[in-house]
Amino acid sequence: MATEAQGAEHAAESGGLVFHPMDQFIVKPLFPQHSEVASVSTSDLNGVLSTGETVPLSLQQIESFQSGKEVIVNLFDAGLQKLYWFTPTNAALWMAIAVLAIIVLLVMGSSRRAVVPSRMQSIAELAYGFVHKMVVDICGKEGVKFFPYVMTLFMFIVSANFLGLLPLSFSTTSHFAVTVVLALLVFLSVTILGFVKNGAAFLGLFWVSSAPLPLRPILAVIELISYFVRPVSHSIRLAGNLMAGHAVIKVFAGFAALTVVSPVSVLAITAMYGLEVLVAFIQAYVFTILTCVYLKDALHPSH
Amino acid sequence: MATETHDAGHAAAEMTHAAADSAPGMPQLDFSTFPNQIFWLVVTLVVIYFILSRVALPRIGGILSERAGTITNDLAAAEDLKVKAAEAEDAYNKALAEARAEAQRIATEARAEIQADLDVAIAKADAEISAKAAESEKAISEIRAGALESIEIVARDTAAEIVSVLGFKSDEAAVSGAVTERMKG
Repeated sequence: MATEAQGAEHAAESGGLVFHPMDQFIVKPLFPQHSEVASVSTSDLNGVLSTGETVPLSLQQIESFQSGKEVIVNLFDAGLQKLYWFTPTNAALWMAIAVLAIIVLLVMGSSRRAVVPSRMQSIAELAYGFVHKMVVDICGKEGVKFFPYVMTLFMFIVSANFLGLLPLSFSTTSHFAVTVVLALLVFLSVTILGFVKNGAAFLGLFWVSSAPLPLRPILAVIELISYFVRPVSHSIRLAGNLMAGHAVIKVFAGFAALTVVSPVSVLAITAMYGLEVLVAFIQAYVFTILTCVYLKDALHPSH
Repeated sequence: MATETHDAGHAAAEMTHAAADSAPGMPQLDFSTFPNQIFWLVVTLVVIYFILSRVALPRIGGILSERAGTITNDLAAAEDLKVKAAEAEDAYNKALAEARAEAQRIATEARAEIQADLDVAIAKADAEISAKAAESEKAISEIRAGALESIEIVARDTAAEIVSVLGFKSDEAAVSGAVTERMKG
């Protein structure tokens, strides 16, 4: 959604409403560098920047250069600015906003420590109770040790999902880079915890002792495969749901270019938005509950 | 990297301007952004974990257990007060019954006292009335006696007068003797 303004720019140029559904997912630096075009070559539509690089230019840009105006090129869009691991990007910004949202809700919301809670405090207590109950119900009393860890995952995903629904925002959880790290964190910690707690008995997870003996090796192979597929499904489910929803909203918005269709388009976007609000919570819930289920496997590997 | 986009740019520039800023396929699969996202994600998660485990969760947990304690205490206090209220009601009922009995007793006593006073007063009044009646009886009988005497005198005088008027010399003793005899009859 970050590229709404650019979409409008496109529209001005091509004479219609044009949307690029996937542009909202581009990770870009918060502070892109710019450079002025120093000279242009009309034969191959290229410009030479003041820094010496050559970039392709549009006809409008060449025209405005030739009429004596300054033409500034965004170096990131031109592929000349590299994204380092430490570059502050829109992804970093929206993760920081998620952290802020969590601080406002859980820390500032509960700062009065009121026995009769305010609205904000009751939401904070609700979130605490929701995840705490989930952990205790699924993992039992031993699971409470991992409650802060599960709560961290839940709060990050739920706030990132909801922040991603704001217009012009960037949804960090729609990126595989993010969800794969989250899923791998769960997968690795659960596996390591399982072996540390149970030793080789953790392998009993794959040996279904309640099944008939001849079936067990086959089941073991299936169990093993499903165990290693867990992080894949865990991560793709979250990113895929969010990406699809956001892209579909943008595609519907693209239909609004036809004036006749635009009321339907607005209705469809409204409906999709409602669905996305639901998905934002449900996906966070699903991710968290699966984390709890995997944790339970590590704590009690027997079936 | 630079030359790649450069070439792509050539092709794109022929159609529209700057195809580079519209996503080529899925931006999610642009692996050049992965280190950046992963780094910031790890920073975010660590920050959230420390905020939650150090500040938010202990505080909210404390609030919840404090509330549970308050509720338990309040319930116990309510139970106590309920028992006290029942006791108070019993005491009140008892006091009420006592007061009623006392009132009954006082009323009976007062009634008896009044009755006694009344009896005394009635007896006294009766005595007075009978005294007065006796006195009156006496007065009446005196008056009656006086009247008889007067009749005798008047009769005697009248008889003596009549005798003297008829030209006889009246003998006083005879007259009075005759009158007395007549009057006896």
